[in-house]
Amino acid sequence: MKKKKNGEMTFIQKVIKYRTLLLMCLPAIVFFFMFNYMPLPGIWVAFVKYNYRNGIFGSKFVGLQNFEFLATSGKLLSLTKNTILYNLAFILLGNLLAVFVAILLNEMQSRMFKKVSQTIMFLPYFISQVLVGILVFNLLNYDTGFVNGILTKIGVERWQPYSDPGVWPVLLVIIYLWQQTGYNSVVYFASIMGIDGEMMEAAKVDGANGFQRIRYIILPSLKPTIVILLLFALGGIVKGNFGLFYNIVGTNPILYETTDIIETYVYRATMTDFNFATASAVGLYQSIVGFVIVVTVNYIVKKIEPEYSLF
Amino acid sequence: MANKNMDLMDSGAKVKLGTSDKIIRGFGYAFITFYAICCIIPFVIIVSTSFTNEVTIRAEGVQLLPKDITLEAYAMVAKGGGIWWSYLLTIVLTVVGTFVGLSIISMTGYALQRKDFPFRNGISFYIYFTSLFSAGLAPYYLLMTQTYHLQDSYFAVLLPLMMSSWLIILMKNFVKAIPHEITESGKIDGAGDMRIFISLILPMLKPALATIGLFLALGYWNEWYQSSLFLSSKVAVKPLQYTLYEVVNKVDALKNSVAGQFVDLSEIPQESVKMANAVLATGPIVMLYPFVQKYFISGITVGAVKG
Repeated sequence: MKKKKNGEMTFIQKVIKYRTLLLMCLPAIVFFFMFNYMPLPGIWVAFVKYNYRNGIFGSKFVGLQNFEFLATSGKLLSLTKNTILYNLAFILLGNLLAVFVAILLNEMQSRMFKKVSQTIMFLPYFISQVLVGILVFNLLNYDTGFVNGILTKIGVERWQPYSDPGVWPVLLVIIYLWQQTGYNSVVYFASIMGIDGEMMEAAKVDGANGFQRIRYIILPSLKPTIVILLLFALGGIVKGNFGLFYNIVGTNPILYETTDIIETYVYRATMTDFNFATASAVGLYQSIVGFVIVVTVNYIVKKIEPEYSLF
Repeated sequence: MANKNMDLMDSGAKVKLGTSDKIIRGFGYAFITFYAICCIIPFVIIVSTSFTNEVTIRAEGVQLLPKDITLEAYAMVAKGGGIWWSYLLTIVLTVVGTFVGLSIISMTGYALQRKDFPFRNGISFYIYFTSLFSAGLAPYYLLMTQTYHLQDSYFAVLLPLMMSSWLIILMKNFVKAIPHEITESGKIDGAGDMRIFISLILPMLKPALATIGLFLALGYWNEWYQSSLFLSSKVAVKPLQYTLYEVVNKVDALKNSVAGQFVDLSEIPQESVKMANAVLATGPIVMLYPFVQKYFISGITVGAVKG
């Protein structure tokens, strides 16, 4: 009935009838227009030889020249490779550890222990990336680092991670896990809590041991959550974790080879070199690839579990 | 009767607690304890270092527990004084940004969840699209500095953090749980949409407001990124975390630039001052977070599945 009535109204009539609801959305509409839609025309800077005086639209059009340089120098490839490989490690190991922690937490009997340990594991998520960088530096630096203090004490040679690019893939993954696992495990812990208690009891009565309960009840019921979260995470695989990399590696060129991701490169190109054309070319490339991946992932999710699809 | 059955089952299960359960439990306690210790040790080291004498740090490196407690570093920070202004700025940004952002997000979330609102799909997509495709940093930076002229303005920090498509979706999911009949009953009583929202819906959204408000507040408290983009050295007072970033990097810069000159660097407590700044900048959020943790947890579980 109501639907039919709406269908008969013209656009203007709808606007007038729902003006209050529209006005309630207006601030958000203006916000996203100002900060997310207004920058879009500026993408043009990726196709020009940018000149401050002439501005984005007055500078000379050079076609795909900015992209050509990035592609032929191999820069784009190495940035993409670093970004994707780090994200793959973050996503796979992150979810693995999160599931592992959630399952173990669920097996604990003491409520107090559960609560306290969850609170502590959540702590690293609440601090700023700046502090994460400081914590890591405090642990690992050559002169006064905590780790080197221990190494010296046990008579082992001091370790210089800040001039050794090879160790950072491992270190960054560990730091990422350290910061995110408390957060990631919450979703899994909640879905374990949601498992039918009677099913667990029945399994216990039937003599299923702990491993069997995990293998045949908990893991299968977590499967949909794991699949969906993994797929969503894969949708963002070309988006790097700028805060983590920038605060830990910073502007230390020795480490770029193994730690430079798209975001850190774009940031330096913009803020240090003022090379807006190159920065924008890399950014546009990232946005397009990211968009294609999200749409693909969404298509897959829709096939598996339509109600979880994003759009 | 039912209770008695439950008890029986419980005790039955306990009797059957086999070796495998013991192994899992034992391993679980050991692993979780170890993991929790790993989570907390870096914080302990930072606090210890902030109380340690600079000479000791130089000689022995940072320690898990301080050997000799000194307040020297904190005295230096207090004497510098700048950090209190950063505190004030961060508190103002956090309070204003969270309040305004929360108002807009909750209004929008409610309107977009109204089943009779014909524009809801269009507007939802308009907002959601921003998380799918973005112009990237360079066009954003040029727009903010050259078109909006927000270079060195606190608005460049305040505005962009006010909302995100994710938070609006999260709010929509919370509103979804409120039955549509509430709105209907308000309409029958002759209340307008805004009136319905403020007097009927908002009171039921308290947990949602707490959760989303905390995400916003955490974003403002931990903000350093927009500051690093838009606040140059011309701005004397910067948000807390970015001040911390500058303190850490400036001390290093000092060390490089004046090495071998007239300043005796061993006299300047560097490491301990950095750590005292870190403790002061992080302290409030760490103190507060055990009390607000449950709201974050509800936010993560509600937000994990998109609606």
